[in-house]
Amino acid sequence: MAVPRFWREIPNRYNLVGARCGNCNKILFPPRSICPSCRRMGKLEPYRLKRQGKVLSYTVAHVAAEGFEDQVPYVLAIIELEDGPRLTAQITDCNPDEVKIGDEVEMVFRRMGEESQDGVIYYGFKGRLIKP
Amino acid sequence: MRDVAVIGVGLTKFGELWDVSFREMMMEAGARAIENAGIDGKQIGAMYVGNMSSGQFIRQEHISSIVAEHAGLLPIPSTRVEGACASGGLALRQAVIDVGSGLHDIVVAAGIEKMTDVLTGVATGALATAADQEWEVFVGATFPGLYALMARRHMYEFGTTEEQMAAVAVKNHHNACFNTCAQYQMEITVDDVMKSPPVTLPLKLLDCSPITDGAACVILASAEKARKLTNTPILVAGTGQASDTISLHSRSSLTSLQATIEAARKAYKMAGVKPDDIDLAEVHDCFTIAEIMAIEDLEFCKKGEGGKVTEQGETAIGGRIPVNTSGGLKGKGHPVGATGIAQVVEIVQQLRGEAGKRQVDGAEIGLAHNVGGSGGTAVVHVLRRGD
Repeated sequence: MAVPRFWREIPNRYNLVGARCGNCNKILFPPRSICPSCRRMGKLEPYRLKRQGKVLSYTVAHVAAEGFEDQVPYVLAIIELEDGPRLTAQITDCNPDEVKIGDEVEMVFRRMGEESQDGVIYYGFKGRLIKP
Repeated sequence: MRDVAVIGVGLTKFGELWDVSFREMMMEAGARAIENAGIDGKQIGAMYVGNMSSGQFIRQEHISSIVAEHAGLLPIPSTRVEGACASGGLALRQAVIDVGSGLHDIVVAAGIEKMTDVLTGVATGALATAADQEWEVFVGATFPGLYALMARRHMYEFGTTEEQMAAVAVKNHHNACFNTCAQYQMEITVDDVMKSPPVTLPLKLLDCSPITDGAACVILASAEKARKLTNTPILVAGTGQASDTISLHSRSSLTSLQATIEAARKAYKMAGVKPDDIDLAEVHDCFTIAEIMAIEDLEFCKKGEGGKVTEQGETAIGGRIPVNTSGGLKGKGHPVGATGIAQVVEIVQQLRGEAGKRQVDGAEIGLAHNVGGSGGTAVVHVLRRGD
């Protein structure tokens, strides 16, 4: 990913900041410019999301996306955050066989990848199982 | 809108066609369609070409001009249409609207993808650009990964099994054995699918459609003109298209494609038919779970029963509602931009009674369902015999 393209999203990627519409109170992640419900009547403002959520679905990837080859097998999940928005994220620090639908997770800051040996290092969020 | 009919169809062989170029493939499919229609190229008023990503696959954009030039059809208007894997279906819809509006009497709808000039990793990376680059691909998602997320949730909500998904691949490979254009003319078993290498579990290699080169072409005419040109015009009775979020995670359901439901609703309404009236369908089985979800969303069975009815043979040739008689994306192959047109080629051949060993007896009404990405775009066409 080109440096400016990643750099523009750093506030959202590093802090899990989405948007809240002051008109309908809907919380959106990833953030966007227009509230899809209120459209021009919406008043979007930055909103820092709570980091807890639960697994809605998951897959164990044995064939990686480009740049993730050294991570297989990895668990990719759709997580519903406590605030409502859903996102796609890896589940980290786990045995790939132990993830189940409904598992509670917390979002943790992690290294995601790198451009090249001397290039930019990407960071972002992954989910980690909350164990009772 | 005036009535529109298909008067000619053409298809190349689908597969890894290393010795055939993009330009040669498009001309082969086009020439076959024109010959099949029995018209002269000079009668063609415009063309629409579905293509997802020639820029990434062969580093060539602006293919609309190339296609018109090589077909010897300059200076007619030629337009490339892109909607990821639904590009072909969208090109057809644009051509239908063009003829339906009265602007032109005869119009070409084509689709093409040349995918094997790049390494497999590059091809899957190119396909992944149809997903959300910022919030899906960035965290490690691939297309098999996104459909695996749907599959896992479908298993959780409805008890769908991996064996039921495998039954889709087994059926579609079987059908492909009777299609000389298909990439894989070989039978597979449920056991073969279950033991194939893991890709993104629960999806395994034989749950996934392949990377394919191929081109397809149909010729459309106003129904009035079509009846003068052929004894077997096939009417495009209904067309429906809908959009949804590009990211799977942003949708309220992970086990239905709302874009399919909405596009089908519009196409059924326009055609004045119900799901029960459909005699056969070509649906977008880019992964086995996609066919299960499609037959539910198109209302060929109850929600959650797609796996069960497949396993029971209801979607086989000779079953209650034959699905993917051509072999589908799984068996016939999936040259992404060509797929939506190739589906319609199959429906037309079936409705004309020209499908040989895979013929559905007495087929009068058929449906084609084409999806872009993980469901951000869907387009549905209903076709019926017009004689």
